[in-house]
Amino acid sequence: MALSLSSGTRPDTPGTAAPAPDAWLRRKKRRDRLRTIGFLSPWLVGFSVFFGYPLAATVYFSFMHYNQIKQPEFVGLRNWSYVFTQMPLFGPALWNTLWLVVVMVALRVVFGVGIGLLVTKLKSGVGFFRTAFYVPYLAPPVAATVAFVFLLNPATGPVNEILAAVGIDGPNWFNDPNWAKPSLVMLSLWGIGDLMVIFMAALLDVPKEQYEAAELDGAGALTKFRFVTWPNITPIVMFAVVTGVVQTMQYYTQALVAGKLASGVTIGPGTVIQPGYPDHSTITVPQLVYQLGFQNFNTGAACVLSLVLFAIAMAVTMLLMRRKSGLLSAED
Amino acid sequence: MTTPTTPAATLPSAAAQPSRAARTPSPGPTAASRRARRKRVLHWIAVHCVAVALALAFVLPFVFILLTSVMGDGQAMSGELWPASWHWENYAKVFRTPGFLDWWRNSLMYALLGTLFTVCSSLPVAYALAKFRFRGRRTAMLLVISTMMLPPQVIVVPMYLVWAQQFHLSGSLWPLIIPMAFGDAYSIFLLRQFLLTIPKEYMESARIDGCGEVRTLLRVVVPMAKPGIAAVALFQFFYCWNDYFGPQIYAAQNPGAWTLSYGLESFKSAHSVDWNLTMAATLLVMAPVIIVFFFAQKAFVEGVTLTGVKG
Repeated sequence: MALSLSSGTRPDTPGTAAPAPDAWLRRKKRRDRLRTIGFLSPWLVGFSVFFGYPLAATVYFSFMHYNQIKQPEFVGLRNWSYVFTQMPLFGPALWNTLWLVVVMVALRVVFGVGIGLLVTKLKSGVGFFRTAFYVPYLAPPVAATVAFVFLLNPATGPVNEILAAVGIDGPNWFNDPNWAKPSLVMLSLWGIGDLMVIFMAALLDVPKEQYEAAELDGAGALTKFRFVTWPNITPIVMFAVVTGVVQTMQYYTQALVAGKLASGVTIGPGTVIQPGYPDHSTITVPQLVYQLGFQNFNTGAACVLSLVLFAIAMAVTMLLMRRKSGLLSAED
Repeated sequence: MTTPTTPAATLPSAAAQPSRAARTPSPGPTAASRRARRKRVLHWIAVHCVAVALALAFVLPFVFILLTSVMGDGQAMSGELWPASWHWENYAKVFRTPGFLDWWRNSLMYALLGTLFTVCSSLPVAYALAKFRFRGRRTAMLLVISTMMLPPQVIVVPMYLVWAQQFHLSGSLWPLIIPMAFGDAYSIFLLRQFLLTIPKEYMESARIDGCGEVRTLLRVVVPMAKPGIAAVALFQFFYCWNDYFGPQIYAAQNPGAWTLSYGLESFKSAHSVDWNLTMAATLLVMAPVIIVFFFAQKAFVEGVTLTGVKG
């Protein structure tokens, strides 16, 4: 009975049938669920096919010997022990990635806050300066890297020419193992635009009254920064640090291109180039994944490295979720 | 801005007392106010000097790239900074390089199709995550953020094997474009953040007017979310244009499928000493993004702040 009653229109008088609203509610619920699934479907498919499956396959291949031609063959933990104990480039790659994560992220955040502060303090020409600081961020990474390899090229690059003009003997930048990573950091500081915009917005959001109150108490510029500005922008700084760490763990294009091009300048074309020129000083974990998986066809070891990268990235992401970084706080 | 200078200091200091007591800044020429004014002027000068110096450091690389790109072949190898003669034909030479126009076409196809697919597939997902209440919503959001944070290298090996061995699509950009029709975590996240800022009442009144969810999304939400959609589209366009890793994995073996970002590196390797041509090519790769930026500055800056500050 209830079924035939509730079909079609909703029961508008509660007296007609007791079970009818129930059935209607259930039906609405089911329709809502179908609707939700419908809207989510592109991602549900994408997530399982382009994320879930390959992740599972990465775990599977990490226990296999597979050269992408013959059938995969189970080898237990041999890939894992190979990566951790025997692979010569694993140590340098991990070290470089960690070095970049610490130094590059720290300097970028400090510099980003600095530039943000500077631009918010400007009284005239704000538009010009903001654009000048922002545009380099837009330069495609490959193009920016090619440009920096040229600018910093030891023999005839403009930077060393200018340094020579003022009597400084410039370093070999991308061609010197000790200077290659700092050169990459300089490249990343040139592209500070994204952080500048975020910090500018955060700095402009600091309530003016707090500054006025601090001034009445006779606070100087440093005290004001320490006790008014800093507490107000800490969440954004946290956000910048965590996303910076995640991005730097993927650091690939700039290091690879800079190493390749810089090596070509000195030893000429046709030479086989070891990744991470000079002296493995620019090889990163993602580069090693590429090297193993797509040049040595050592699928198993590449997948082990992928999982190491995955574990670190997940740990950082967990941190991001725990901290109040604004990512999940807007659960309306 | 003119600056009152010398006479301020000679005024008796007693004159400063009443104005400090009154506390309201009077326009009268008291020593305190002039001292404050001078301090402000010095501050202005200091801040702008730092800004100009830094801005020079940010802009000069572009200037050097441009100057080098128009040098003659011989001069480009020297350390000179100013072109002896201006060779604008270098740009024509770059365009005549075999493959360069193909790279342009491929980059445009990758960026435009990728952007279109991403926006169309991510918008409904973002809408559901922002406005529907359902069990597992929080979990879904956590999964979206996790995938967003994941380095692409983590899953690339099996993904490549699937595309190459099952679908025989390696040597093309399709393995990069097709997945974008199934939602992109970063775009979903950004769009959701934006949709959260649209008051529920708009959607409720649309529903009362008899709109279904699809119609509500297309007729009510999309027009209101235009700035957010524009920002996401721009980001995705830039991501595709700049992508190097993806084309390297899937298109490396087929130069006919290379993009500008990937081709530029090999261009440099092929012209190892022709810095002038390399710099011209570099500028040609940079130009489109920068031009797009100047046309869509507002949407872009909005998008960047959306990632960090809102929420």
